[in-house]
Amino acid sequence: MTPTLEVRGLRTHFFTRAGVVKAVDDVSFSVARGKVLGLVGESGSGKSVTGFSIIGLVDPPGRIVAGEILFQGRDLTRLSAEEMRDLRGNRIAMIFQDPMMTLNPVLRIDTQMIETVQAHAQVGREEARQRARDALGMVGIPSPDERLASYPHQFSGGMRQRVAIAIALLHRPDLIIADEPTTALDVTIQGQILAEVQKLAAETGTSLIWITHDLSVVAGLADEIAVMYAGKVVEHGEVSAVLDAPLHPYTAGLIGSVPSRNARGRPLRQIPGMTPSVLNLPPGCAFRSRCDRASPACEADPPMRELAPGRDARCVHPLLPADA
Amino acid sequence: MSAAREPMFELRGVSKRFEKRLDFAGKIARAMGARLRDEIVHAVDGVDLVIGKGEVVGLVGESGCGKSTLGRMVAGILPLSAGEIRRNGQVVARAGGAAEADAAALREAKLRTQMIFQDPYASLNPRMRVADIVGEAPLVHGLVPARELDRYVDEQFRRAGLDPSLKRRYPHQFSGGQRQRIGIARALAVQPDFLVCDEAVAALDVSIQAQILNLFLDLRRDLDLTYLFISHDLGVVEHLSDRVVIMYLGRVVEEADTETVFRRPNHPYTQSLLDSVPRIDARKRAFHPVKGEIPSPLNPPPGCHFHPRCPRAMERCRVERPVLREIAPGHRSACHLNDAA
Repeated sequence: MTPTLEVRGLRTHFFTRAGVVKAVDDVSFSVARGKVLGLVGESGSGKSVTGFSIIGLVDPPGRIVAGEILFQGRDLTRLSAEEMRDLRGNRIAMIFQDPMMTLNPVLRIDTQMIETVQAHAQVGREEARQRARDALGMVGIPSPDERLASYPHQFSGGMRQRVAIAIALLHRPDLIIADEPTTALDVTIQGQILAEVQKLAAETGTSLIWITHDLSVVAGLADEIAVMYAGKVVEHGEVSAVLDAPLHPYTAGLIGSVPSRNARGRPLRQIPGMTPSVLNLPPGCAFRSRCDRASPACEADPPMRELAPGRDARCVHPLLPADA
Repeated sequence: MSAAREPMFELRGVSKRFEKRLDFAGKIARAMGARLRDEIVHAVDGVDLVIGKGEVVGLVGESGCGKSTLGRMVAGILPLSAGEIRRNGQVVARAGGAAEADAAALREAKLRTQMIFQDPYASLNPRMRVADIVGEAPLVHGLVPARELDRYVDEQFRRAGLDPSLKRRYPHQFSGGQRQRIGIARALAVQPDFLVCDEAVAALDVSIQAQILNLFLDLRRDLDLTYLFISHDLGVVEHLSDRVVIMYLGRVVEEADTETVFRRPNHPYTQSLLDSVPRIDARKRAFHPVKGEIPSPLNPPPGCHFHPRCPRAMERCRVERPVLREIAPGHRSACHLNDAA
């Protein structure tokens, strides 16, 4: 079966006056139908730009310079603006960290949702309204009929994010890209949203790319995980496998940085130094200056290689079980 | 453990109300029959709390629960609406009235209490060199003579894990993690014994957050500091704290040592909060979230504030405010269910 989405060798660069920012530099992954991929990384790792590249929202001076984005077999990088607009919001939807990026503050929710429905479906106003109401109900908004007549500012942060998710769901897309959608929310509200999303992905067969910096969220939600560092995917595999036995030293450091109950009061396993700027990044493994396993061999770009069945990492000195 | 410690801070019935009075037009409208009233937010509502010397107390809660307001009152930068705060036995803040301590002792107390803020981008003056940001206070307070200031600032930088050669730079030339270190160096420069950290690592990336948390642990060991560590992140609080205080809508709902709170939470709110937290060791599981939203603190529900979301709410919870009382040594909880047992 062809996967819903397959990204091959994607490179998105920003041509700024200070130099070329290689925000995404050779990223490949695929997402099967109904599966959740967690795309994890810290600020500036290129995880959001990867999301924007898929949905075709990279603004100048940024440009996709190489690679293929195969969505149900069609290469999105070759589509015209018209064809892309037809897909966006219809077959592929995106949820942003700040729901106010999705919502227009001066229009009522029903206006915005009906507009979205009618943009891609030949339906009357009444039926569009009906669909909007169903979508609100699906994401757990109480009394959707009344809420349709409200303005975005009359919703709390968690409810706004639900509305944004409802809008993303209107056309039952095949792929949803969620960019840190629960980062700004309180824990109990985040729990509610995660529960809804999990249910929806299982029920509707929608594939999901969940972009986040929070490994704990991905641990509970995703099927597969791709860890990004300085514009590259450094490790990819099934969630439990990656979190239990990371191959890349960066993944291991990231996991060690998460405070968890067995290490209370003891120093966390921190990664020294900080994330490099992707502007004019020298060749070679970008993590080598922070890595305790680095050697002269790391000065050449390490290729992504399969180190175990279904487990890829971009490292010359991976943490193989034999050394652990 | 906490009972054996000598108390450093004692809070009794501390409350903070923010009032928005009707303006002139509003008063006229009300006189003519409009249903308007002064809006009062009980940000903090009758909190009793003891912080022992050398202890790390974690203060946890969601948006609008009053944790930051409480922290600011303890730090002495917000006046109290009711209650009193004692430091080492002396009243340093009291609602409406003068403090018990004399002016010099009060200034000393304030100086020995420092605060570290969430946003390292907003809490540093962008027009000052970082050396001046760190060095200004110790100079003004006469902690260090002017000719030794340079060396003193270098020492503060090193202690916070910063390279002293960068001290002539401005805040915008530093990354988020480094800026948080500058904030820490600034707080430590006046030799405090107590730090209020308000979401001090919330804005940082995971790997940088781990570095700063380790720094907090080192500083505690080296300088014998006491912390009030305010955070919404239960993982961070669990890692750092000796004792945890859970707040909900202005009230403390549960308080116990960290082990107890995370292993045997008593209050239904604490239980659902712990259930909601995603954990790295919990794989592909069904999330069981709490129902409903956090009510507006402008108009909190009567009785127990948590009753509309509580799976075990009873009739009594709707009318009577549960008192925070000891259910086991060192473990306090405010829930009517404890009376039934």
